[in-house]
Amino acid sequence: MPKTPQGCVEPAAGPLVPSSAPPTNTTTPSFVPQEDTMQARVGKEAPDFEASAFVPGEGFKNVKLSDYKGQWIVLCFYPGDFTFV
Amino acid sequence: MAAVAAIYDELKALGVEVLSMSTDSRFVHKIWQEQELSKMVEGGVPFPMLSDAGGKIGTIYGVYDENAGVDIRGRFIIDPNFVIRAMEVLTPEVGRNPKELLRQIKAFQHVMETGEVTPSGWEPGGSTLQPGPDLVGRVWEVWKP
Repeated sequence: MPKTPQGCVEPAAGPLVPSSAPPTNTTTPSFVPQEDTMQARVGKEAPDFEASAFVPGEGFKNVKLSDYKGQWIVLCFYPGDFTFV
Repeated sequence: MAAVAAIYDELKALGVEVLSMSTDSRFVHKIWQEQELSKMVEGGVPFPMLSDAGGKIGTIYGVYDENAGVDIRGRFIIDPNFVIRAMEVLTPEVGRNPKELLRQIKAFQHVMETGEVTPSGWEPGGSTLQPGPDLVGRVWEVWKP
């Protein structure tokens, strides 16, 4: 593992919601993705994000989901390290 | 996560990269790897372990439990075009079945390569269906549960 100094706090961008300009001069409200609602849908593009990570053999780094675009990805959420299942 | 790590060679052979994610920090991931996972799976888990501190990423994937402050069990298969193909979300008490994960990936790869569709319970080598007008009303002739 590289011996680069590591800070206690390493900001990561989190969800990378497309930044669209707020709609102006329109009477019909258009759908704007919200950070606080579920966006993942089968058959739709995966919501991109950046997260801090422990990468075995490499150490600590920030990882973007879209870094892996072009290959098959299995993204697994789980409740916590040191849990039982 | 050790169960997914145990089939990692098979996933790699299918061209799959695994990313795991919980609300734990990257520091906790490292110590979990060293203290426990490396004793369950030789060499520990080989894939990046991501941190979702604050649950913002879990929220947009529909798996963040804001009362417990954790991401519940959720598994997403994303194809090379960056399209979500499958999602499976479970309450925390029940673990995943890695064999079903492999089956679904093989099925999605098969349909992307061939344009065929796979019936319920399809396994590699099993019969597939050719969608189209000729098949309407005649699935019973070629497939029975």
